[in-house]
Amino acid sequence: MPGEVGKGLQVGVLALQGSVMEHVQCLQKIPGIDIIQVRKPQQLSGIDGIILPGGESTTMGKLARELGILEPLRELIQDGLPVWGTCAGMILLARNIVQQDDVHLGLLDVTLRRNAYGGQLDSFSRTAVIEKIAPHEIPLIFIRAPYIEQWGREVEVLLELEGKAVAVKQGNILATSFHPELTDDLSTHRYFIRKIEQSLLRLYL
Amino acid sequence: MDRYTLNKNLAQMLKGGVIMDVTNVEQALIAERAGAVAVMALERVPADIRKQGGVARMSDPKMIKEIKRAVSIPVMAKVRIGHFVEAQILQAIGIDFIDESEVLTPADELFHIDKKSFDIPFVCGARDLGEALRRIGEGAAMIRTKGEAGTGNVVEAVRHMRSISSEMRRVQLMPREERMTYAKEIGAPFEMLDYIAENKKLPVVNFAAGGIATPADAALMMQLGCDGIFVGSGIFKSSDPEGRARAIVKATTHYQDPQIIMEVSGGLGEAMAGLEIDKLEDQYARRGW
Repeated sequence: MPGEVGKGLQVGVLALQGSVMEHVQCLQKIPGIDIIQVRKPQQLSGIDGIILPGGESTTMGKLARELGILEPLRELIQDGLPVWGTCAGMILLARNIVQQDDVHLGLLDVTLRRNAYGGQLDSFSRTAVIEKIAPHEIPLIFIRAPYIEQWGREVEVLLELEGKAVAVKQGNILATSFHPELTDDLSTHRYFIRKIEQSLLRLYL
Repeated sequence: MDRYTLNKNLAQMLKGGVIMDVTNVEQALIAERAGAVAVMALERVPADIRKQGGVARMSDPKMIKEIKRAVSIPVMAKVRIGHFVEAQILQAIGIDFIDESEVLTPADELFHIDKKSFDIPFVCGARDLGEALRRIGEGAAMIRTKGEAGTGNVVEAVRHMRSISSEMRRVQLMPREERMTYAKEIGAPFEMLDYIAENKKLPVVNFAAGGIATPADAALMMQLGCDGIFVGSGIFKSSDPEGRARAIVKATTHYQDPQIIMEVSGGLGEAMAGLEIDKLEDQYARRGW
């Protein structure tokens, strides 16, 4: 069971659809982690952090709502649970979505545009140094990706491309337009795990 | 990074999801609302193509564009096997995925499209491992079972998935010196057998398609190892398309949970009428090679 003494970090991956196994396989390469694939609300109890993977945000948001995961997840994040959304996961977190009335978790204080670069023909990859995450260049893969057009004062931008934010942090929330889970570079996963460890330290100190 | 990798990556994002055939904007919106990860835009669903007969071609670009404008999820469309100009048209529209499909009337009896010469990703049908690897060799970024479209009968999709899985197990177990002979036997590019032996999976994602009509059918194909589901006629030829679409989406996510599959399977009304395979005049799965 999650949360038991003597176990590793309990890291959830929202496992409704999308790049679930890619995230799981990245986490498996980092020692000291127990991975929980979250498909039901009960599986949220006892986790120390959660990844919202890439995929289709409309599908994931809808399933999360209908399966009763969305509300308890929102409360946990509001109470400080570290969360990281990649691509569709970022969309699930956003407070405002351009040309869309409904939002999902609505906790990340940004205005985000879906499919911001266009369709699949406009998907692209590049590299960049994100100082907070790692000192070296990391590969960034954008698949029908969103970007952030505007952000609130609480939001720290970790990477900007042509004036749009593509990696941001707001307290316990991390969000990236790109997919580190599709690459061999574990820097962003390690960064998120460090954030989880720090949040646990704060709880116990 | 090359386009092919980015295209395989898009297919990865569709995993665990359901791709639904739609014939107009209204159906596309229903599919999106029900939780489809993508829609396949076509003029007639396979069941109607089967009934009406005649030559089935790529859909009207105008209709595909309307559907593309109406939804935010990826839009796919079909071209005839070997019809690379239809594919050029779809690439010009800027849709997200092309299905080189046996459901349409083949345009070339010898050759499939050289998919590597396109920027846009392709999905192709396969009945066995050799066929899957030939399509991947030509540049397909995603594979699906052929099944037998428009029948509401899952038996062919099961047969195709089981063939692919059992041949993959064989490749993983055979000593290296047997691989070249096996590649020759099944007509597969040799390097891909090496890839399967080392990685224990196909180089691209593999969805189920052809005859899936119920939530249980979807969960069956997922338990057999498919990465996701295509539903063609099964949704909009049933009595309650929206309810059935939602149920199939949930059963695909919770394919390992009989309790949930049981709950979503109840009260869906009539499934599409089914057809027996050996009574068919035309087996689409035999198109292509």
